[in-house]
Amino acid sequence: MTRQKLLARVRESRLFWPLTALAVILLFDALFAPGFFRIGIIDDPVYGPHLYGNLIDVLNNGAPLMLVSIGMTLVIATSGVDLSVGAVIAISAAMGAVLINPALGDRLITNDILTADTTNTPLPLIILADLAAGTLCGLWNGFLVSRARIQPMVATLILMVAGRGIAQLITNGQIMTIYYTPYFWFGNGFILGLPVSIYIVAGVALLAWVLVRKTALGLFIESTGVNARAAYYAGLDERNIKLLAYTFCGFTGAIAGLILSSYVHSSDANNIGANYELDAILAVVMGGTLMSGGRFSIVASIIGAMVIWAFTITMYTFGVPADALTAAKAVLVLLVILLYSEFSQRLLGRWSLRKGPSHDAAH
Amino acid sequence: MLEPTDAILRMSRISKSFPGVAALEDVDFTLRRGEIHALMGENGAGKSTLIKVLTGVEHPEHGTIELDGRVVQVRSPQHSQALGISTVYQEINLCTNISVAENILLGNEPQRFGTIDWRRLNALAARALKRLDIDIDVARPLGNYSLAIQQMVAIVRALEIASAKILILDEPTSSLDANETSLLFDVMRKLRATGIAIVFVTHFLDQVYQVSDRITVLRNGRLVGTYETGALPRVELIAKMLGRSLADLETVSKARAQHELPAAEAPTLKAAGLGHKGTLEPIDLELRPGEVIGLAGLLGSGRSELARLLFGVDTPDAGTLTVDGRPVTRFSPNESLRHGVALCPEDRKVEGIVKDLTIRENIILALQARQGWARYLPEARQYEIAEAYVKLLGIVTPSVDQLVGNLSGGNQQKVILARWLATSPRILILDEPTRGIDVGAKAEIQKLVLDLAEEGKSIVFISSELEEVLRISQRVIVMRDQRKAAEYGKDVTAQTIIHTMAGHQ
Repeated sequence: MTRQKLLARVRESRLFWPLTALAVILLFDALFAPGFFRIGIIDDPVYGPHLYGNLIDVLNNGAPLMLVSIGMTLVIATSGVDLSVGAVIAISAAMGAVLINPALGDRLITNDILTADTTNTPLPLIILADLAAGTLCGLWNGFLVSRARIQPMVATLILMVAGRGIAQLITNGQIMTIYYTPYFWFGNGFILGLPVSIYIVAGVALLAWVLVRKTALGLFIESTGVNARAAYYAGLDERNIKLLAYTFCGFTGAIAGLILSSYVHSSDANNIGANYELDAILAVVMGGTLMSGGRFSIVASIIGAMVIWAFTITMYTFGVPADALTAAKAVLVLLVILLYSEFSQRLLGRWSLRKGPSHDAAH
Repeated sequence: MLEPTDAILRMSRISKSFPGVAALEDVDFTLRRGEIHALMGENGAGKSTLIKVLTGVEHPEHGTIELDGRVVQVRSPQHSQALGISTVYQEINLCTNISVAENILLGNEPQRFGTIDWRRLNALAARALKRLDIDIDVARPLGNYSLAIQQMVAIVRALEIASAKILILDEPTSSLDANETSLLFDVMRKLRATGIAIVFVTHFLDQVYQVSDRITVLRNGRLVGTYETGALPRVELIAKMLGRSLADLETVSKARAQHELPAAEAPTLKAAGLGHKGTLEPIDLELRPGEVIGLAGLLGSGRSELARLLFGVDTPDAGTLTVDGRPVTRFSPNESLRHGVALCPEDRKVEGIVKDLTIRENIILALQARQGWARYLPEARQYEIAEAYVKLLGIVTPSVDQLVGNLSGGNQQKVILARWLATSPRILILDEPTRGIDVGAKAEIQKLVLDLAEEGKSIVFISSELEEVLRISQRVIVMRDQRKAAEYGKDVTAQTIIHTMAGHQ
């Protein structure tokens, strides 16, 4: 009985499905790509000794998406959506690239200046400007949704379209290359052999978790998402809750932009963070948060993002070209949607009923 | 008088049930050619289900529909239109940004050389309106005209498109003023003269007596009866809608709170000339500690509107509201909670429960909202509060971690009640707290209300069950036509109240 209860609890846990998906992908790798799990130690001349391998890549490359998924979780939980995170990433990256550029303020730009490993702006200021730009974007979205009462999809579409243009304006239409080693640390550095980015994810996730689970914000967000009218009658200010969710989402987009531009050593307003909004939505949905809002789990969304990157790296391992990756991803999306559909849930429910009363009587 | 063959529609023994509730049980409904037939009943009586069956939105489990002497099965709203049954809903579903003429003939535009023949379009539309003596410029956007005109354009469209034999008007007057309403009634009478049968759904008694020929009353999904309007006194109509014969109501036990009120204590809540344009005429109200005020009135009489103003869901545009001697300046539920006012809303599903959250979370929600987001109640305290109320109100559940959506209606209602009790309000407004719950639970809630009053809380008790209002209130305010019709002391009789509801003092 207790074992069955445990099984039921495991199955009802929000982490069950994303973890299963992750396990399936890794199992596939274990069977068909024996080298996939190899992890080595490399002594990097710049960043010192650290681990390398596919699993490390999943974490490091996936970090920006994990960050964005954290913010997107809160937005979707209020029954909204943020389509602008990719554009926010571009704005944040452009901000960083422009401020690092040592030619800033100089009238004469020479190649020497551009490729010198130096900057005139203090690093903390650069980071602060990055984060402020992204957070401001989120605040703007939140304002449109909560005060101007524009539908979330339309409201964030505005910034999704305009954001990359703004990023172009910031960088003056250039693809800006970044030459400044301290800035590279965020996307390429290591602490105790693990990528810096994953520590940042852990930090932001912890911050978000404390914010929503150690205060009443999580309850407020979920109530608003399930039944905004009832929440209003209960004395909640749904507008401020939404404002906060979108602002936080912008904040996570800004950090993702920082890491991404640091990782690729450049800021390309048109391509950096492309399709991140859709991947983030997929990650959140995989984490079991309904698009209609309500119950959410930050950890489940992060695992959802890991699934997407485990899948991506696996595809690379098998030699699927980057251009064809989206087609392969479509298969993943299809599988996820089928798995979460009412149809397969019913099928599964019937199957577990036949297996025995593993379902709690209370359910 | 009229031969049976004059019946254009005969619905017999219609039954329809939804999970857990019988929405219609063996209902008969007959409609004659050229009559205006009012369909009456309180919330949940089955009016809308009956109309949905007639318009093909819902399919009855039993019963037959005879149209013009032929048995038909109404398969879909489109099919019902094809059969000559047209409906105009209270929210006008026309496009305000295109012209009146386009609205009337949308989808049936006269064409010439493959394009729309605008001149003919306008002429056709103007002629259609003219038939009802409505003379407006059909080329102007619909949005330029009043709601009444829009309503009539919707009717004309229904007649043009479907060449309707039966016209269903669902609460057509709810957003019209007196002049507009009489304009609409003129149109209805003209249509009647042409032989069209009109089903008129409304909750305004005056209007029923002004315009209808016959009345069918439904209650709890059953047919109470069909009557000639002239032969049914208002008082009788109300008694039939509320489901009590007048004699029954006279024998209501006077079990109401008998404790004496502290004589001249200052009112905890005082409304002076409080009103909201279009929903509530200015009203005066005083509520003392330990007092239960009953608000009686039919649906749409202004009782829930008053509750919403007192709780700050709607912001009044006239008058003042004072709580504990301090005037209320900012109107919002959150603000009211801080003043110690709570409203247990009428519509449990839409305004009350948060179905995907647990019982515990639902119960602490308002309390937590008042505390603010930063001071999160410790989990142990949450369980303590939730479990205490589950026990106090007798909520049947294996644990407070159950999702509220899984509970029965009565238990959900108790959870919502618990949410408001947990904020320990000094003024508690209960809007239909016992609707849709079983008799035992009803008695428990009534007793709870009396206990709360005895503790010195002030209570506004709204119910469409007169019996209940009489039993527990020390004063009864009767609402009619969005205003306070009268106020009575504890010795008022059901007879008096029903007469006041009906509009003769």
